[in-house]
Amino acid sequence: MEKELKLMKGNEAIAEAAIRYGADGYFGYPITPQSEILEYLMEADPEKSTGMVVLQAESEVAAINMVYGGAACGKKVMTSSSSPGISLKQEGITYIAGAELPCLIVNVVRGGPGLGTIQPAQSDYFQAVKGGGHGDYHLIVLAPASVQEMADFVGLGFDLAFKYRNPAMILSDGAIGQMMEKVELMPYQKRSEDLPSWATTGKPETRERNIITSLDLDPNAQEKFNQKLIQKYREIEEKETRYEEFQTEDADFIFVAYGTSARICQKAVQLAREEGIKVGLLRPVTLFPFPKRRLNQLADKVKVMMAVEMSAGQMVEDVMLSVNGKTKVCHYGRMGGMIPTPDEVVENLKQIIKGE
Amino acid sequence: MTEEIIIAGFGGQGVLSMGKIMAYSGVMQDMEVSWMPSYGPEMRGGTANVIVILSDERISSPIIRKFDTAIILNQQSMDKFEDTVKPGGILIYDSNGITRHPERGDIAIYRIDAAEEASKMKMQKVFNMIVLGGFMKVKSILKMDNVVKGLKKSLPERYHNLIPMNEEAIKRGMEIVMKVN
Repeated sequence: MEKELKLMKGNEAIAEAAIRYGADGYFGYPITPQSEILEYLMEADPEKSTGMVVLQAESEVAAINMVYGGAACGKKVMTSSSSPGISLKQEGITYIAGAELPCLIVNVVRGGPGLGTIQPAQSDYFQAVKGGGHGDYHLIVLAPASVQEMADFVGLGFDLAFKYRNPAMILSDGAIGQMMEKVELMPYQKRSEDLPSWATTGKPETRERNIITSLDLDPNAQEKFNQKLIQKYREIEEKETRYEEFQTEDADFIFVAYGTSARICQKAVQLAREEGIKVGLLRPVTLFPFPKRRLNQLADKVKVMMAVEMSAGQMVEDVMLSVNGKTKVCHYGRMGGMIPTPDEVVENLKQIIKGE
Repeated sequence: MTEEIIIAGFGGQGVLSMGKIMAYSGVMQDMEVSWMPSYGPEMRGGTANVIVILSDERISSPIIRKFDTAIILNQQSMDKFEDTVKPGGILIYDSNGITRHPERGDIAIYRIDAAEEASKMKMQKVFNMIVLGGFMKVKSILKMDNVVKGLKKSLPERYHNLIPMNEEAIKRGMEIVMKVN
């Protein structure tokens, strides 16, 4: 059979992948540069084909609370937004994490702070990876670098979310959301009728009552719960860390970059190597869990690690923590919706090398 | 082979859809492709541009600032993109509304009076396909049958009856494109 190849925007790929994966519901509110997700789903009207519910809520806050409700019932539910909208969702997200519920949240990041710009940025890294809402919690954070991965990470995100009963986030940006590339789509899957044992589906006589809550007024019990969460995050770090390496074998210098920046750095690696500079790229695919151990190993043999991000320098802090002083770590970035060019990145690396 | 192209003009000239058809044609030829549009207020201000990359290899950065080919359809875009053509590269432009013609000596400049031709042929809607024909003549990357396949993929089925008209426009574009320098 011929592969089903389509040319799609990243945003459209997410929407189509959600239908094909067998998601039960999407709740969203429009905001540039991710509105195509909602638009595509509305037009596809999957309720008629797979039974998936698509709803434009009255606000971002309403949308995330619909996700909370759907997730509590054991359904595969998702939402998407861009930076300012994701800030609005943070209360709901921490409740979902606190109630140990699986769901998928997509952030197609734009420049900030505040309303910022509508152009691509990576300045929501701290918010995505370090918490965002209050309390000790983590999301599982996936960073796609192509339209193909936008599609693939919908399924991966849901699978991980259900495996660990934890919200997962796809942290993308306006460039990958808006660009079109070839994408190979998975076949349509039926929506699953099986619900997890913890879902609140009405109490039968055969089991105890299922309770979904993020509240425990007894601090002893809450601390035990916090410890359980931490254990879960350690397990995720142990088993689910994903990354990709590009020409790191003989590298003296390494770029660390995710998403759009990783694509730019891949070109920068080619350009620098044409000039005889041995540079490689480590691309974290999961931002939480972060590929700490691999970076620490690479730190033994490279002179400089340069984090390249479309931010003032956020992921660079995790690179520093990973290498723990073993090698020099620096940062290059553009902000506010500006995108660095491969030449610019190489030029900056050369300046750093000169200063060594 | 990697061809990095910018197409720039007014919103409504079919800049984005021309890019999309090129990208789809590339897919039909088993190439790697990327299509990166300008979006948001830039577009609402009246200008639209799209970066299309066609390559035999996996495409690294979809965002670049130097191009092998620039296809320029208004004066603002000429001001913005003439300098972004790599030395030895190609600039194709429609002279309609152009007040300052391109001057660089280190690139090959082609002119295509597509707007005029489209109105002569009473086919204003396929203006962008005339331009595409010009590009296909100057750079033999995209094959006609693949472009037709690309059109079929990117146009909704109810418009498939318009494909012969598009084909005719492409052929006309191939005939009227002319080298300037």
